[in-house]
Amino acid sequence: MGIRRDVFQAIADPTRRAIITLVAMQAMTPGAIAENFNSSRQTISKHIQILTECELLKQEQTGREIYYHINAKKMKEVADFIEPFRNMWDDRFNKLEDVMKKFKPKK
Amino acid sequence: MERKTKVDAEKGRHDLIVTREFDLPLDLLFKAYTEPELIEQWMGTKVLKLDNKKDGGWHFQTSYDGKVVFEANGAYHEFIPEQKIIRTLEMHNAPFGVTLEFLDFEKLTDDTSKLTMHVVYRSAAHRDENLKLPFSYGINMAHDQLEKVVSKLKQK
Repeated sequence: MGIRRDVFQAIADPTRRAIITLVAMQAMTPGAIAENFNSSRQTISKHIQILTECELLKQEQTGREIYYHINAKKMKEVADFIEPFRNMWDDRFNKLEDVMKKFKPKK
Repeated sequence: MERKTKVDAEKGRHDLIVTREFDLPLDLLFKAYTEPELIEQWMGTKVLKLDNKKDGGWHFQTSYDGKVVFEANGAYHEFIPEQKIIRTLEMHNAPFGVTLEFLDFEKLTDDTSKLTMHVVYRSAAHRDENLKLPFSYGINMAHDQLEKVVSKLKQK
């Protein structure tokens, strides 16, 4: 399932965003995560699976329990809001430049 | 010609600076901000009002399929041709409130010019909301793309 690895799809879901927020504060077991939601454990476990496939969460075995940690590196990649903002202005200014270059001969 | 546009947005600050160098003489760059027909072309929005003077107002609106999809207005606080514009801006239904913009237009050579846009927000949180806007748009795009892929799969 290549599509699953799309980070943007992963964080487009409000439950998954809530899971990220929880795990960001401390590493948690799947059970502890699920306790915070009204959804079934299976539903939450599916969300966790998607987040893990997207590498937003990392698994770590501690004794008999599996703990989920936030993958800071991947999160930083996603949290970089500036690049899309810069791209928006770059596109807009490229357009301005094109429009004004065409305008030139009419002067 | 990549990276012509730079965004300087330090963490935790309530402002940001966008700079861009243009392959355009200064007068043409400034004209792009003052002629309604030209704004309509590069911004892709309809210009309802544009008073190019101190104390003047401006109002842009974009409709799609009869619905208003973008609307913004504000006032000019300073207007010095080919040098400086200070204006307020409020994008309707946007989460970042009213902003104050300082636009500085500079001549580099006879054929090139530079624009420095300093945008001041009410708070750092308001600024970050604006920064996130194209980002969330990207998420929606990714989402739409995904839906298209999925619907194609279903057809098979």
